[in-house]
Amino acid sequence: MARLTIPAEEYMRSGHSACPGCAATLVMRYVLKGLGPNAIVTLPACCWTVIGTPFPTTALNVPILDCAFEATGASVSGLRAAADALGLADVIVVGFAGDGGTADIGLQALSGMLERGTDALYVMYDNEAYMNTGVQRSGATPLGAWTTTTPVDATSRGKGEGKKDVMAIVAAHRPAYAATVNVAFPEDFLKRVEKTKTIRGPKFLHAFSPCPPGWRYPPEKTIAIGRLATDTNSFPLYEIEGGKYRITRKLGRARPVAEYLKAQGRFSHLTDAEIAAIQSEVDGRWARLLALETLG
Amino acid sequence: MSPHGHDAHKATAYITEQDLPERPLATVPSDVIKTASWRTFLPVIHLEACTKCYVCWKFCPDVAIGIDEAGWPVVRLDYCKGCGICAEECKPRAIDMVKE
Amino acid sequence: MPRMVLSGNYAQSYAAKLARVHVIAAYPITPQTAIVEKLGEFVASGELSAQFIKVESEHSALQACISAAALGARTYTATSSQGLLLMHELLHWASGARAPVVMGVVNRAVAPPWSIFTDHTDTVAQRDTGWIQFYAESNQEVLDTTLMAFRLAEHPDVLLPAMVTEDAFYLSHTVEPVDVPTQDEVDEFLPRRDVRGLIRPGAGVRLGSFTMPDLYEEFRHKIARAMERSAEVFFEIEDDYHRLTGRHHGGPLPTYRVDDADAVLMTMGTATTTARSVVDALRTRGNRVGLAKLRAFRPFPVKEVRQLAATVDRIGVLDRSFTFGAAGAAFTEVAAALYPETHRPALKNFVAGLGGRDLTPKVLEGMFKALLKGDGPEVDWPDLKRRAEVVRHG
Repeated sequence: MARLTIPAEEYMRSGHSACPGCAATLVMRYVLKGLGPNAIVTLPACCWTVIGTPFPTTALNVPILDCAFEATGASVSGLRAAADALGLADVIVVGFAGDGGTADIGLQALSGMLERGTDALYVMYDNEAYMNTGVQRSGATPLGAWTTTTPVDATSRGKGEGKKDVMAIVAAHRPAYAATVNVAFPEDFLKRVEKTKTIRGPKFLHAFSPCPPGWRYPPEKTIAIGRLATDTNSFPLYEIEGGKYRITRKLGRARPVAEYLKAQGRFSHLTDAEIAAIQSEVDGRWARLLALETLG
Repeated sequence: MSPHGHDAHKATAYITEQDLPERPLATVPSDVIKTASWRTFLPVIHLEACTKCYVCWKFCPDVAIGIDEAGWPVVRLDYCKGCGICAEECKPRAIDMVKE
Repeated sequence: MPRMVLSGNYAQSYAAKLARVHVIAAYPITPQTAIVEKLGEFVASGELSAQFIKVESEHSALQACISAAALGARTYTATSSQGLLLMHELLHWASGARAPVVMGVVNRAVAPPWSIFTDHTDTVAQRDTGWIQFYAESNQEVLDTTLMAFRLAEHPDVLLPAMVTEDAFYLSHTVEPVDVPTQDEVDEFLPRRDVRGLIRPGAGVRLGSFTMPDLYEEFRHKIARAMERSAEVFFEIEDDYHRLTGRHHGGPLPTYRVDDADAVLMTMGTATTTARSVVDALRTRGNRVGLAKLRAFRPFPVKEVRQLAATVDRIGVLDRSFTFGAAGAAFTEVAAALYPETHRPALKNFVAGLGGRDLTPKVLEGMFKALLKGDGPEVDWPDLKRRAEVVRHG
């Protein structure tokens, strides 16, 4: 048997309720492959509330504790404190929340957890809108994207504001570790997850999670679109360890952002001028990231 | 909520209040739920073209690709939702999506 | 058993320490702060071996406690007023997850306008959340009831969160002599639970899943049943506590001089102490009046209220809060409890003492007199400052 490039053990079960082609399932699958059987997952309201299957079934081989939408960071701190008080040192506490539950309604609790220095992993799976409720814009929805609350018509061109930079917000807390990961690069993803196991303190993963119905593309394209996001520098892969930035996937030359945008229905209305503006914004963010890396 | 959710509990013995645990603690593995009915297209793997790279296994959102004793990928038909990622990502193009 | 001079807030802190809580999560709010400051000292000095999570909001405080309890930890938090209102969503989460969290609440008015003084609106507004609620009259009762609350909340037939409340400043910042049980006594009464959380590493379980209409209702009914059982279990626990400490606070509705009473006033919290002295004074003047202290508001002591009403013709209910568009919450509960009875006493609702307004002997005496005379509106705000010419109406 040929060698597998990521761990064989599965902690996510079949039978779950995710849409076909859903990347949020892969985020969970990879995170748990990396963490192993001592993980305890706490979930706020998000797609995974439903993906995880209704009572009395459950889609993970590790425990799930449902928590309030805006309180994932607090739930994480509570679980860690209990594990420490009860002598369950091996437990790995994982907060697993969507972009709305992290960047918007859950930002305060996340900030609290990071500032308190809770020894745990927080994963934001970012499908760039409120997908479980039917594609409403979130703080993490990118500029120009169609959602049900940022329509495209005579007067509206999709979301008029840019994407909230959650990694920068997290970095401002000086966490022990933070990294971006993408389901299209499972080996890199697993390296980042495995690294979190070796570091004490608050760890954060920003996981790119393409969504076929919300982004309006056919389900088989999930990995291809994920790959394009990174290869166009729209979603660069990097880590911040002890305040130092390191880009973990660096391309000789990035592909044009248009390739990424044109693969998705949510951007299909964009004009060449609008795409050029997004390209320039992506270039600016990439240049800044390169500069941060040089700071060492 | 997807319609199949309504059927999830039917695989269990919970019928009355007395059968339920005191606290809402779910313990039944989700793979009692079959998701085959979601599928319109079925992946068919042509083993003669397969290089055992396991990209199909790696990228399957439904954990619906197994690996048999000889190391060949196998579609677990009860769970495959037919998303087509395996066929799309298979470098040697060893997987076709076939309408059921 | 050492006697100490403690504020109500410190009585809370000592109770949590004696209960050997594993996890405390709290956020400061006046007048609760001394509770958690003292606990912070206990943890810092090593007197209490617990994890103290300094959260960034009350909402997070309760979420942290619920999650810790799910893993098997004994947990405690404390808050007041706006903090409790912010927690409201999590109050439901706690009972729904059947997390036996114990919380101290300092009863304080809600804004606007701002007020930091006694008022029961904050906790009365939480009556539908599935929490057991005790209202304390003295600092001794705060300490004793908090210890009993841990045992009650964690009882396998109950598994519900519980709050013990104390009136702002009247108890929170007033010191009284308090008999504090020894650690050995408390350990005997309240052993640290066999640590068996619901969420255990390696188990493929989920607490709080999405639940379809065919099963959700049954889980709500289980909470209802557990709340009913808690009333019975509380009697056993109070008897046990009495055996250990010699103190008994009289169940959910202790009464005073009601046996031959023509009229009884029902009170919650510190107003009871003043009312007791008013009863004595009126009795010396030949008025047959009595007092009933509503100590437990959830579960509501329906049986005890009915027993009391069987021998009394007039009952007044004093609410230190108001349910706008209806009447005082304790009043409507008493009325509902008595509706099926054949002997139904005349009922009156007094709404007073809001926002820290002192409930003076004079005001309370006026309530007894109105009860005995049987005049005035059914729902009365007897202590409002009004122009003399304005006719009173409810």
